[in-house]
Order: sequence, then structure tokens, then C-alpha cells
Amino acid sequence: MAEAVSRDRSRDGPKELRVKTIRNGTVIDHIAGGQALNVLKILGISGTTDATLSVVMNVESGKLGKKDIVKVEDRELKEEEVNRIALIAPAATINIIRDYKVIEKRHVDLPDEIVNVVRCQNPNCISNTSEPVKSRMLVKTKNPVLLRCIYCEQPLTDRLAEYLI
Amino acid sequence: MREFSREEIDSVLDLASNLEAFARGKKSDMLAGKILALLFFEPSTRTRMSFETAMKRLGGGVINLGPAEGSSISKGESLADTVRVIGGYADALVIRHPKEGSARLASEFSPVPVLNAGDGAGHHPTQTLLDLYTIKKESRLENLSIALVGDLKYGRTVHSLAYALSLYGADITLVSPPSLRMPEPIKSDLSSKGTKVRETCDLNEVVNNVDVLYMTRIQRERFPDPVEYKKVASSYRLTPEFLANARDNLIVMHPLPRVDEITPAVDATSHARYFQQSFYGVPVRMALLKMLIGGGA
Repeated sequence: MAEAVSRDRSRDGPKELRVKTIRNGTVIDHIAGGQALNVLKILGISGTTDATLSVVMNVESGKLGKKDIVKVEDRELKEEEVNRIALIAPAATINIIRDYKVIEKRHVDLPDEIVNVVRCQNPNCISNTSEPVKSRMLVKTKNPVLLRCIYCEQPLTDRLAEYLI
Repeated sequence: MREFSREEIDSVLDLASNLEAFARGKKSDMLAGKILALLFFEPSTRTRMSFETAMKRLGGGVINLGPAEGSSISKGESLADTVRVIGGYADALVIRHPKEGSARLASEFSPVPVLNAGDGAGHHPTQTLLDLYTIKKESRLENLSIALVGDLKYGRTVHSLAYALSLYGADITLVSPPSLRMPEPIKSDLSSKGTKVRETCDLNEVVNNVDVLYMTRIQRERFPDPVEYKKVASSYRLTPEFLANARDNLIVMHPLPRVDEITPAVDATSHARYFQQSFYGVPVRMALLKMLIGGGA
């Protein structure tokens, strides 16, 4: 099962794997093409991470046209961690892998409030100052994603990736 | 104002009506022993003084942050710390601050209730409540036909007022130059609540068909071209002649200060209500203080 998500369907001929299957960890599949690095950002995984990571970008997908895949080895991401990625990858599926088997598969579901993931786009908002508060966004609608800053009440609809913290 | 229900607004307006005699000077010790702290990080005349008047007329005391440069703010203290400290001295805080969302932040850290007296271009809910009180006293709140005139893009007063009026089934006409139209998200919010909203640039078109003309100041700094500003400003200058064919019961409101959008000659007409409107800030703020720190309505 874990193999299937990274199988290359874009060429004729024998099917091959772009990235090897993982033994334990999390596979995030069906990320909209080009958004994998933003997904890592939301998950708090930066370039200095010790985790073994595989990132596949822009492979063909029947559902999405092009999709990205992220594999994080030896780490089972918690539900609240992964739900935040619904902000930019609402169709993503999460596969928890143990001993090469998918033991859990779920879809992401945006929570009602997003804390410290995206900053308010209003430069004059109090949450964009040195005050000791985290950015807090209420999720007004999930599809399309419409956020509203809990402090200044300005909406945030498009260009979400630009405002990732 | 979006979070207020009609019932909540009505209860403030009803209490304000009961307290109006005290706003006019009748003695009261309703808030004796209570202290209100005024934290104005931006200049204010009417709002600051009417809060102070409201508190003192009800027998309470007032402490004042004073100019920010002489206070701990100039030493770099955060707003969060300031309200935690001053919240320890007072029974309620009134805050005006240049950043949007500052009042909400203050309410998260303050140990006592916080009243928002204007947060940047965000909200100014006590102004909206006194506007509603004025309309209720001097005209009618139900099925009102109102024109909001002037800077509808940046004017926080008109945004909050439009939301509040949508709870009362008002018919709202937005009169502004094209560059200062009310933001689209607010208009669609109002329409989705069933409020009839129409837009025009021409004040002549509406002046004879409304119950309330709510004028606002058009700020010169919004126009890069001074010629363009002059053209716009003069098209929304209210004169007695302009009001000649208006309904007898038309009232003219303005949050003040005015510059030249209402000529002084209008003051003597039966339509002018902006000075009463300014006075009504006192009973409305009395009502809020009584509700928050005086044992409720």
C-alpha cells in the first residue's frame, strides 16, 4: 500500500518507484502540485531537520492533475498536526505506516481555529507586532478556505502560502 | 459590531434612555467607589471626554494614562503588560489604540472588562451605539431609510453602523466617490443578511428620499491629486439650499469633527442633529459602564 502512492504513472513501460517505500512513518499523498514545501513548512519541518524525508513533486495524478507526496520516516504525525495542511492541501490523504503496512488512512479536516500557522495579512493588526500573542485565525468556510483574524477580523482568502509563519 | 445581537443592542439603548436624566446633570452615585481607566494611545476629544463625563456623572472616578511619551509605553512596555498592570488599579478599562485588534488583545490580558474606544481602522462600537441611539430618539430604527455619505472605504464608523442597521431592516444607500466606495466584502455581508443596499455617487439623487443623512468627512490625504479632492469634497457639501426639498423629518447626522462637508448654516435648520448625537455619547457610555461594572442593567 505504501508503495502505491509513489508509483510513477506518467510513463509507458515498466512501473517504477520514484522513492522507496518506507518502513515506519507517515506518507502524505494527494498534495496539490507544487505545495509540498509549504506542507513541510506548516508541519514545522525545516531544512535543519534530522528526520529522513522524501519529497516528490509534480507527479501525474488522476484526481489532481499533478500532485506532490511527502514521506516522513519514523514519525507518526498526529491528527492536529496534519489537519492544518488542509489550508493549502485540502485533498491530502494521510497514511500512517508501520512495518511497511498502512495501518491508518485518513483525510485532512481543517479545525475551527488555526493557531500560529498563518499570520494576518493586515500589517496594522496587533498580532503582527511584538505583543506576546500568537496569530489566531477562525475558519469561516472550509471550501473554499476563508479565514478571519480573531484580532482585527480581516479575512484571508487567497495567497495563504505567502502568509505561512 | 458584527457580534452584537439585536437584543443586546436594544438593552443598551433602553438603559441609555433611562440614564439620560443623569447625563443631563441629575445626581447619581450608581458607580460610587468604582474607577475607570482611560488608555488613549491616540488623540481623542469626544470619546475620551464623554467616557469621563459618563463615569463622573454616575459618581465614579477616572484615572488617565496620559500622553504615551510620558508613560511606561515609551520604555517599550507591551500593551499586554500595560493592561495587566492598569487592570489592577481600575474596575474597567477604556482603550483607543492605533493597531487593529488591540482592544481584543487587551481583553485577553486584562483582569477587568475592556471597552473598545477605537482600534485603528477597525471598530468603534460605542460610536455605533450612540449613532443608533440618536436614530432611535430623533427618527426611527425600524424600516429606516438612510444614506451613508462620504468616505465609505476607510471610515470605520460607517462600516459598523451599516452592520448594526442591518439588524433593524434598514434600507441603506451608499453615497461616495467611486474611489471611496464601501469595501465589497462588507456590501456582500450586508446583502446576505437581507439588507437592501444601493450605491450612487450623486447625493442629489437621494437627499429627498431618506429619513437620515449620515455625513462623514472626506479626508484630503486619501487623494493624491488635490484637484480631484476639491471636486469630490464640494459635491458632498451640505447647505440649507441643498436640503430645501428634503422630507420635513429628515435628520442630518455626523460623527464629528466636520470640516466643510456641512456648512455652519445647516446648524440652524430643523434637520441638524449632530450636536445632540455627540451628547448622546454620554448616556450610551453610561449604560455600558453601568452594565459592566455597576451591577447590570
